Order: sequence, then structure tokens, then C-alpha cells
Amino acid sequence: MLSRVAENIYWLARYIERAENTARLVSVNANLLLDLPRGIAPGWQPLIDITGANTLFEEHYKEYGERQVVRFLLSDQRHCGSIMSALAAARENCRTIRDIVPREAWEQLNGLYLFASEELQQGMTKTGRHRYLRELIGSTQALTGLLDGTMLHDQGYEFLCLGRYLERADMTSRIADVRSATLLPEAEELRPFDTIQWVSVLKSLTAYQMYRRSAQIRVQRGPVLRFIFQSDSFPRAVRYCMEAVRAGLEHLPRNEAALRILGRLARSLDNAQLERLSPADLHAFVDELQAGIGDLHQEIAATWFLPLPESPAAEAD
Amino acid sequence: MSQEIDWTDYPCDGFYDELVAAPGQPRAVVRALLADLAELGTEELAVRQEAADVSIKEMGISFTVYSEEGGTIDRSWPFDVVPRVIPQSEWQRVEAGLKQRVQALNLFIDDLYHEQKIIADGVFPREVLAKSVNFREQCIGVNPPLGIWAHICGSDLVRDADGCIYVLEDNLRVPSGVSYMLENRLVTKRVLPELFEHYAPLPVDDYPSQLFDTLAALSPRPADYPQVVVLTPGIYNSAYFEHAYLAQQMGAELVEGRDLFVDGDDCCYMHTVDGPERVDVIYRRIDDLFLDPEAFRPDSALGVPGLVRAWKAGHVALANAPGAGVADDKVVYAFVPEIIRYYLDQDAIIPNVPTYRCMEPQDLNYVLEHLHELVVKPANESGGYGMLIGPAATAAERETFAAAIKQDPRNYIAQPTLKLSTVPTVVKKGIEPRHVDLRPFILSADRQQVTTGGLTRVALRKGSLVVNSSQGGGSKDTWIVSEDVASEPLAASSAAESQPASSGQVTQTQTQNQSTR
Repeated sequence: MLSRVAENIYWLARYIERAENTARLVSVNANLLLDLPRGIAPGWQPLIDITGANTLFEEHYKEYGERQVVRFLLSDQRHCGSIMSALAAARENCRTIRDIVPREAWEQLNGLYLFASEELQQGMTKTGRHRYLRELIGSTQALTGLLDGTMLHDQGYEFLCLGRYLERADMTSRIADVRSATLLPEAEELRPFDTIQWVSVLKSLTAYQMYRRSAQIRVQRGPVLRFIFQSDSFPRAVRYCMEAVRAGLEHLPRNEAALRILGRLARSLDNAQLERLSPADLHAFVDELQAGIGDLHQEIAATWFLPLPESPAAEAD
Repeated sequence: MSQEIDWTDYPCDGFYDELVAAPGQPRAVVRALLADLAELGTEELAVRQEAADVSIKEMGISFTVYSEEGGTIDRSWPFDVVPRVIPQSEWQRVEAGLKQRVQALNLFIDDLYHEQKIIADGVFPREVLAKSVNFREQCIGVNPPLGIWAHICGSDLVRDADGCIYVLEDNLRVPSGVSYMLENRLVTKRVLPELFEHYAPLPVDDYPSQLFDTLAALSPRPADYPQVVVLTPGIYNSAYFEHAYLAQQMGAELVEGRDLFVDGDDCCYMHTVDGPERVDVIYRRIDDLFLDPEAFRPDSALGVPGLVRAWKAGHVALANAPGAGVADDKVVYAFVPEIIRYYLDQDAIIPNVPTYRCMEPQDLNYVLEHLHELVVKPANESGGYGMLIGPAATAAERETFAAAIKQDPRNYIAQPTLKLSTVPTVVKKGIEPRHVDLRPFILSADRQQVTTGGLTRVALRKGSLVVNSSQGGGSKDTWIVSEDVASEPLAASSAAESQPASSGQVTQTQTQNQSTR
């Protein structure tokens, strides 16, 4: 398989997953804010903080208001992590590999892109947002299922999985980070809200029901963190995603370096005592995790993708 | 009830129509077919046309046009259901003529890059070569595999009012259109199955495997299964559909320049997930000047640095070879009959459109005196730029042009204005003649092969002579039909076979016809 084609498939999967998880991110924050008493709500800035796009945001917007942040995350084409940018990029990647991707998947992606742009105004309103985001998440899920169920499970599929699960691991950790970033003061009267907020996080990952089935204890910080980071059976948990990445890597040639980095990531994840981490420590842990995911991506790109144009071709191998 | 087509009302005066000799008089090879079309009627034909349009959309046959917002859109390929039919006996002569022409052109190109005997012998003027924009000094002395430079050639044929087929131009760089020829055939089989089966036009579907064999024959490592790739400028190129289509049909990788690199061993490799993989033959759909920034335009991002080096070393084959376009020049075209005589000692089987070479004083005088009835073309422009269409031009325009020709006579040729032949075409109100040309494709490697027919392009606007798809042109399926097969109409033969032994298809058609009446 051509390196360029592998790269396009990988990014197709990453962008689809990114669009879905950005929708989840906006939706978890909206729910959190509804649950919190007026006056202590942290507002919308944490979403920009955890996507790490503050500089870009501040260049174009005066304040971190709901309208501005939601616009930035949903539709701003200058922000490569916005839902519209991600879907447009997924579509461009898909266009070049139409012989690899089943036609129905291309049509589904096309339809998703059209829905997202045509209904965008709905998504910007407080009342229309929930339905818009839910529809987006549902359609990306359908697309993911369509690819799994109809695409040839060869090398190309492994790159689809690599892209999907790396992006998902990264985004799940960011979604959990929304909660740690809100940094509610440790006060006895705020305790009940704490639980409510973790329920919100679970729900935005479609994890609430599965958490209850798997943990069978009431929702509280420690077990929830363990579930969304360390579960090896919940498909949006970071640990599960790492295993899926490992399965993909194992089917590819010249995979030693990438597997080593993955092994390091998985060990540090397994060894983390999440419930003991203060919110600030948790934030640091998530940062480190994301840096590790970044390293793994670099290794995948260096091993299998096209070399960057700057490097002289003769030295490529 | 569908209204029968009345061929006596068909307005084909003043032009040569491919199917109808004169109102009410079908040409011999299509006498039966026109009777069947007449019986099918205008309404039913419109239904078939609609079915064809739907098929084309479903099959995703498209060409790319640039949109105003900077992106591109795929537009459906316009197609007309009424086929253009050529009798097999006539086609055999055309086929022989095309092979002869391309064989001579390949000898000519090879000679230009080596000893230039044709110039030394005074048959081809040196100053024409000096003025050629497609002559590549980088190619002097190179010996491409089998001595062939133009492996894939698309020559445009036209038929004038005199009924004679002429070559209008030869495309020896990156001719396109063959994928539409193949897809047109698939669409016709879907929408006119009963007529197709009855008249049994000769098949065209071998082209992808013939193309693969042609390319494989050029491999520098003949012992191994050759790694053949199609090199495309990318998805924004207007012919991207065809690049992807041919790669798929041949089972070859579709690559872009950045997928390839030339290593220190002067071999060409592609980046794959399993590491670098050697490439043997590149069917390149990128123009010479963009192929290799080391050899040609240094600013080209589409090409592969070092590719020409690898090609000269004989480690990778390029089809067509760089520099083949030297024969794709309007003044060179004017010399093709002499070129054929010089290398093959034969007369050209298919004539050129009569062409006046302004570099020759006698021709120059004639051209200047007859500007009002001629088409004048500059040698080094393409796409119709800088042309004078005498009958349509103003006196002032003609004067300006006359001055330009006198200034630099070597840069101009002139031809009479052609009356392109027509073919019946479905229009809103029934059926009318529309002008066509024909682009067959000629493959040359260890042997020569010609497509069965080719791509018939049709100017869908009434009276228009522009067959280009971006300017309201469409296309038709091209049928090469044996005169014996085509003699009986489907309706007549099915009536003759009235015994129960006749095929289910025929019986069914009859029932349907009866029920609609």
C-alpha cells in the first residue's frame, strides 16, 4: 500500500473521530453549566484551554463567551479542530482514496458534511444545539460502523484503526480534563454538584450506563476516572484505545519503534493512581498522556507515511 | 404512444451525415438500425436518453471543472444515446492508416533526437525544429525502450463534406478521453441492450489490458512482473477521473509525484507501507515540463526530482517518453505526409487536412489572398489561442493577421474551414444532426494496437463545431459494425423467427410493443 494512501486513511479516521469528540466536548460543557449554581460556573474558557488553541482564539475573539467559544469549536474554519474544519478535512482525505473506501461510506460522509453546514445555525442556538450535536454524533457513529462493516480489513484498515483510536484516546482524555479544569473549590456544600458533574462527563461519552454495569457503585470521582482512563473493555476508555492501537500496529511491518512507545504509554497509564491525584495533578497527568500520544503519532508518521518534502528524497530510506 | 421517427424530415443538407446520406436515405450500414430507431420513436428514445443520464450519475462518470469558490466540482459526463456507426471495412483502412502514421512519427522523433537524417536529406527544414517549443534538448541521444517515444497517441479525425476522413491533429503528449470511450460503451449496453445485441458492434473493452501489455513491454526488468504505475497531477486535474479509472482497470497503483523518489542508484521507487518499492514503468499523465524539477521547470512540485536521470539510465520507462511532443506541433503536422514517405516509403493512407505552410512563398501568397475563407493557426499555440477564423473575422482582424503572417511566415499554417460531419442526436424536440469528431487511440510498443473506433465527441449545441466537454460538448458511443451483421432490422428478424424457438428477449420485446399500441 502506498504511504500516501495509508496517511490519507489515517487522517480520514482521525478527522471523523475529532468531529465526533468535539461535539461531545461542547455537549459535556453545556450540561455541566446547567448543573452548576450560578456564580461558581467556570464558563466556557476551559474548552479552549484544553484544546490548546488560546492564542488563535484570542486573535479573533474579544471574550470567552458561550457564543464565541461555541462558534470557534463548531464552525470556525481558521481553527483546524472545529467540527466544520475536521469534516471538510475528512472529506478531502476521502476524495483521494475513493477506490479504497466503500462508496456508501463516501456518501455518508458527504451527507454528514452537508448536514453539518446546512444546519449550523441551529447548532449555534441554545435550543437547537442539543439536537444538532446528537445528530452529528449519531452520523459519525454510523460512518464508523459503515467503514468497519464494509471496508476490506487489510493494511488500509489497520491505518484507519490507528487514526481512530489515537484520536479517540486523546479526545477522551481532554473531555475528562474539562472536569479537572473547572477546579471547583473543595467545599462541603459543593459536594453534591461534584457527583452530578461526573455523571455529565460519563453521559457525554455515552459511558454512564456502561459505567453502572461495570462498576456497580455510585458515581464518584475515583472509579469514574479509572473507568474512562483505565478500562480495557469500554471502547472510549483510553486504555481500550491503546489496546486497539496495539492490535493495529502488530499487523504492520517495521513496527518495533512504535510498539515500544505504545508500551511505555500503556505502562504509565496502568500504573497511575488516578483517584489520588489532585485536580491539578490530574491535569498534568493528562498533559503527559497527550504528549505521549503525540510521540506515537510522530513515530507512525516517520515509519509509514510520506517523508516531509524538505528532506531530500535520496535520503528517505 | 411513441411517435415514430421520420427520417425524411431529417435536415442533413450541406453536411456529410454519418448515418443518413440524404433525407429519407439511410447509409447502407445503418439502414436496418435507422428503421429500428424509427420504430422505437422519439418518446421512447427520450426515455432511453434519460436512463443513460441516470446511469452516468450512478456510475459516477464525471469530469472536473473548477468552481468559483476555489474548490472543484465533478460534473456528469454528457452523453447521447444514438451511436455513431462506422462500417468495419472503412475502419480497417483507418486503422491501417493510424498505425502507419504513428509508426512514422515514432521514427521521426527518434531521428530528431539522434542523427537528424531527415533534416540532412532536406525533407524537413531545420528552422521548423529550431522553432519547436516541444523539442527537449535533454532528450538528445537517449534510447528509450524499443526505440519508441509515443506509446499512447490520440489522433483527432474529422470527416469533411466530401465524405473523406482527415487527420486534424495528433496528440502525442498526454492524450485523454479513452476512459469515456469505455464508459460510453457500458452505458449503451445498459440502455439500448436489444439493439446492441442485434447489431453486435465490435468490442472496445480490451483497451485496459492492451494498455497494460504495452506498458509492461517497456519494463527494464523483463524477467519480473513489472511494477507499473499511473502518475497523476492529483485530484484537481480535470482528467483525474480517467487517471484513477485506468489505474483501477489495469490493477496499477495511482501515484502522485510525492509518492515517488529516485535514489542514489538512479532507480525510481515509491514510498509504501512496506518500505520503498522499485517502479519499472510510469504511465505519466503530467506534462514534460513538470516531470522532473532537476531536468525541466525547477519550480514544479508535481514531478519527481531525478526522474529523467533514471529514465536516461534505462532504469525506469516513461510513457510517453519526454520530448515526444515535438511531433505534436502544427507545423510538424503539415509535414506528416512527407515524414511517412521518407521513413516508410509509402503514401499516407489517411490524408491530412489540406494545409498551407506560410513558410513557402507560393502557399504564403495563396493564404494572404484567401484569408476570408481559411483558418489560420500559429505553430506554437494550443487550445485554439491566436487563431484566425477567416469567414467569421472582420476585415480589420484579417489585416492585422496578414501583417503578422508576413512578419513571421514560418510561424503560421492555414487550412480551409471544415464542414464537420454530423450524426443524429437526441434533442428536446426529437432528433437533429450535430457535428462530431473522432479520437481513436493508438498503442505502440512491441506491437501496435488501435482502439476499436474511439471516442466520438459531439457538439451538442445546434450549429456548433466545438466538441470540447467544457464548452457544451458531449460524446457518443462509436460502433464498428460488420456490414453482414447489420443488414436486417431487429424488428424484421424477430418477425422472421416467429417460431417458439426464438429467444426470450425477442418475444418479450414484441409483447411490450403490442401492449403499448
